[in-house]
Amino acid sequence: MGDRGAPDPEGVVALIRAGDARTIARAITRAESADPGVEAALRLLHRHTGKAHVVGVTGPPGSGKSTLVDKLVKAYRERGLKVGVVAVDPSSPYTGGAVLGDRIRMQGRALDEGVFIRSLATRGSLGGLSKACAETVRILDAAGYERIVIETVGVGQSEVDIVKLADSVILVSVPGLGDDIQAIKAGVMEIGDVFVVNKADRDGADRVVREIRAMLETAWVNTGAGARAIASGGAHHAASPANTAAGAGTAGAQEEDPHALLAKLPPVLKTVAETGEGVEPLVDAIEAHRAKLLESGQLESRRKSNAAAELKAALAARVLARLEAGPAGAELLKLAGELATRERDLYDALETLEEILSSSGSPLAGQSGASPEQAGD
Amino acid sequence: MERTIRVLVAKPGLDGHDRGAKVIARALRDAGMEVVYTGLRQTPEQIVQAAVQEDVDVIAMSILSGAHNHLFPRVTELLAEKKVDDVLVIGGGVIPEGDYEFLKSKGIAAIFGPGTPTGTTVEFIRTHLKR
Amino acid sequence: MSGNEKLKVELERWNAGVDKSLAKHPERRKDFVTGSKAPVERLYTPADLAGREYLDDIGLPGEYPFTRGVQTTMYRGRFWTMRQYAGFATAEESNKRYKFLLEQGQTGLSVAFDLPTQIGYDSDHPLSAGEVGKVGVAIDSLADMELLFDGIPLDKVSTSMTINAPAAVLLAMYIAVAEKQGVTADKLNGTIQNDILKEYVARGTYIFPPEPSMRLITDIFAYCSKEVPAWNTISISGYHIREAGSTAVQEVAFTLADGIAYVEAAIKAGLDVDEFAPRLSFFFNAHNDLFEEVAKFRAARRLWAKVMKERFGAKSPKSWMLRFHTQTGGSTLTAQQPDNNVVRVAIQALAAVLGGTQSLHTNSRDEALALPTEESVRIALRTQQIIANESGAAETVDPLAGSYYVESLTNRIEDEAWNYIRKIDSLGGAVKAIEHGFVQQEIQDAAYAYQMDVESGERVVVGLNKFQVKESAPEGLLRVDPSVGASQTAKLKALRAKRDSSKVESALAALKAASKSDANLMPPIVEAVKAYATLGEICDVLRATFGEYQQKVTI
Repeated sequence: MGDRGAPDPEGVVALIRAGDARTIARAITRAESADPGVEAALRLLHRHTGKAHVVGVTGPPGSGKSTLVDKLVKAYRERGLKVGVVAVDPSSPYTGGAVLGDRIRMQGRALDEGVFIRSLATRGSLGGLSKACAETVRILDAAGYERIVIETVGVGQSEVDIVKLADSVILVSVPGLGDDIQAIKAGVMEIGDVFVVNKADRDGADRVVREIRAMLETAWVNTGAGARAIASGGAHHAASPANTAAGAGTAGAQEEDPHALLAKLPPVLKTVAETGEGVEPLVDAIEAHRAKLLESGQLESRRKSNAAAELKAALAARVLARLEAGPAGAELLKLAGELATRERDLYDALETLEEILSSSGSPLAGQSGASPEQAGD
Repeated sequence: MERTIRVLVAKPGLDGHDRGAKVIARALRDAGMEVVYTGLRQTPEQIVQAAVQEDVDVIAMSILSGAHNHLFPRVTELLAEKKVDDVLVIGGGVIPEGDYEFLKSKGIAAIFGPGTPTGTTVEFIRTHLKR
Repeated sequence: MSGNEKLKVELERWNAGVDKSLAKHPERRKDFVTGSKAPVERLYTPADLAGREYLDDIGLPGEYPFTRGVQTTMYRGRFWTMRQYAGFATAEESNKRYKFLLEQGQTGLSVAFDLPTQIGYDSDHPLSAGEVGKVGVAIDSLADMELLFDGIPLDKVSTSMTINAPAAVLLAMYIAVAEKQGVTADKLNGTIQNDILKEYVARGTYIFPPEPSMRLITDIFAYCSKEVPAWNTISISGYHIREAGSTAVQEVAFTLADGIAYVEAAIKAGLDVDEFAPRLSFFFNAHNDLFEEVAKFRAARRLWAKVMKERFGAKSPKSWMLRFHTQTGGSTLTAQQPDNNVVRVAIQALAAVLGGTQSLHTNSRDEALALPTEESVRIALRTQQIIANESGAAETVDPLAGSYYVESLTNRIEDEAWNYIRKIDSLGGAVKAIEHGFVQQEIQDAAYAYQMDVESGERVVVGLNKFQVKESAPEGLLRVDPSVGASQTAKLKALRAKRDSSKVESALAALKAASKSDANLMPPIVEAVKAYATLGEICDVLRATFGEYQQKVTI
């Protein structure tokens, strides 16, 4: 059928806000498939979002993320909060198909009306996924889910980008995978707000904890950026120095007593998701991070930078789409062919395209409405 | 742009023989569909809730324990209760042909018995979508 | 010129001739493969066995490395045990059936449990709806077990129970029933399947995560070695791995890797290898490729003997012997033209016998359609009796030994299985390999490849993708009475009202405390069972401490 809700954006928004599962689910489907019919509803919806705290969970395959998320959701439910879960799995690059298996480990919450679990496939384009993920989070947010957990397999930059949609980022590792620390090192370490060593009943858990701590110390104590980030109440993005909590000196964090700094490192916690051990302290840590963000004003700046990233990505996608649809699209293909046959070089081709763009006017004509929207965020 | 077909592959009941369910999940993926695989031991309630939240086009269930006459109709009943009328429901596994008629009368659009080529199931889904 | 060199020259000459004749008479296909897709050559000769020493590699029956069988005279002494696994919905019905079988002179009972029992749920659990009594008997408490064995002297029979995750509880119930009969545990004979690792990868009736499950298993080993010394404490099963779609090599490799994990766990728990290893038994599948299957059994025996002797340093020859039960391959049966399955089962059963099985279950022709009818079960049993009494296959020991083809296959399967075992070792053993999903992925890849070969017609399945006929729906299939669930629920309600609930509570509290310590869990489970705590209640206590296993999905 595919027309439920489409003609009446206001009705759709009302149903979503009332928590109607089918309307929520269908809106996500449409947002995910970039169905233009849903745009009106998404516009209306926007002002009802921003209330949920978004928690990103990522880590290597086999680290038990899904089970951990299941237990996290359970703990939040026991605290009376409604929880949305967005579980991301890769699509096959060959067929476009995907097997989405994260629900398997979230059976414990299956019949709880206060939990909404949605599986998303990466569907090829990175920008597309980030966008679909952001829309899904907003729809669940508007539907009254107070905590929204995004779960991804943390192996590539794309997952890191998705996790950046989150207000609090949890990096999960596990003893015995060998190179997991290595994986974290590779550019992911700095986005973690809370570190978790799951399956901590296994041999080597304490060693992993020590390794993470050591790495955090190196990263955050020995560099000014890290120190500033810690002083500002969160490791994320190392943004401008802000007010510090609890009496830590504000004048140049680098000169601060290293012991006081160490106390403010992102927490490294041990969990055994299978039995639920350590999950309560994890929830406490996330909530503490949330409180810190709110108190310090970091939440606002973090969301601004997330919004800026989303807006830039959306803009880039539109520009490219328009470009491809216009006269430059055909030229682009032709130039690509010439690039491949070595008749032209990349810079030559780019210059040609830029000339076409400037002569045919801005591809963004009529798109200026995007910017006030950001200001209102 | 063509919408990607989403299928929930579930094993209701307690039997652990998921070879067929996994083969079909893989075949559907290879046919370009998105398969939400929910694994073993699913109650009809869990299946329907997952189908709604995941907004799937199809629910495909496999059962080998003999509990199909109890569990398959529960799924279609629950869908009806929730006024979900646009999801195609199909089944597979060790199911005597004598039960096909009954299951069809309960809204199971097709039963694919042992030996059904995966291509048959893929084709059936493509041609019988309800939305 | 030595014999081998002469053969080489002759083979070259012969091959040249073949090449010429191929031009005129091409072969049916480019590549010939076994049922498990291993390459098959045109001809096998002594050249294929070059470098192998008969006495080291094959040896004599009843002697290391047991390639030719674990007994000296094999079936010249007595035939294999013909053991048909069967389930009846209620304890009362099963009891009646057992008494009938015993009157007919049978001494071995085989108990199939329904799925709720196998997963540790009581019959009134929401997940049990529609499943109670479906694939076997429903056992909720000791009261059901008492009915099941009512009037059957447990010191006179041997009972095989297909039970895994809650094996400790069912064994405890068996011990408690015996005690009520005045039979002490040391007089008990039988087997529990108790093989949790293959549940994670193939059969699916798991409850707890691997670590506490392995503890339950080694607790059973330790308890039985003292209290129930004649009990077969585990039946390490490749059957279900093969059913899930594995190849013959994978069946051997993954089963033996599981076996290695159990032996390691038991040794780690402080047990002496020669004390428990003789009580380990195995359970394999038999598929249609006659020669490959025979080779598989022979390779498995040789491999296990080497593992036990060389890797674990077992001293007793009894520890080196791989004794196994075989069931014909359920997944090879077709729903189309089901009578053809009688022929498949005959070939598979022959493979098991030629491979030296200790006991055999033959499937019934209608099992791809429903649970088998009595008539079908009888034909299946007659198939074994024909092989035993009419085929001549049982008259000499290991009759296919020395076949260049079968010996080559045996060597190849052993080599490839070793490769898998080394790979699993490098992943940290079977438990880790399962947690990583390695074993599951290998099986599923093989299962999918098989399915694609059938669909492309590359692999012919008679009646399914070739030689089809138009068929009408089969009739006379077995149906299970759906009222069993209600009657079992009523029985539970009555039991809960009648029993001493304070006794139940204190027994469960003791079990809970034990589950959090290192104590052997068997004694508190036996006490809880005697207090008429239900299977579900006991398993819930353990679930609370151990957590529940979450399936590792690999597709």
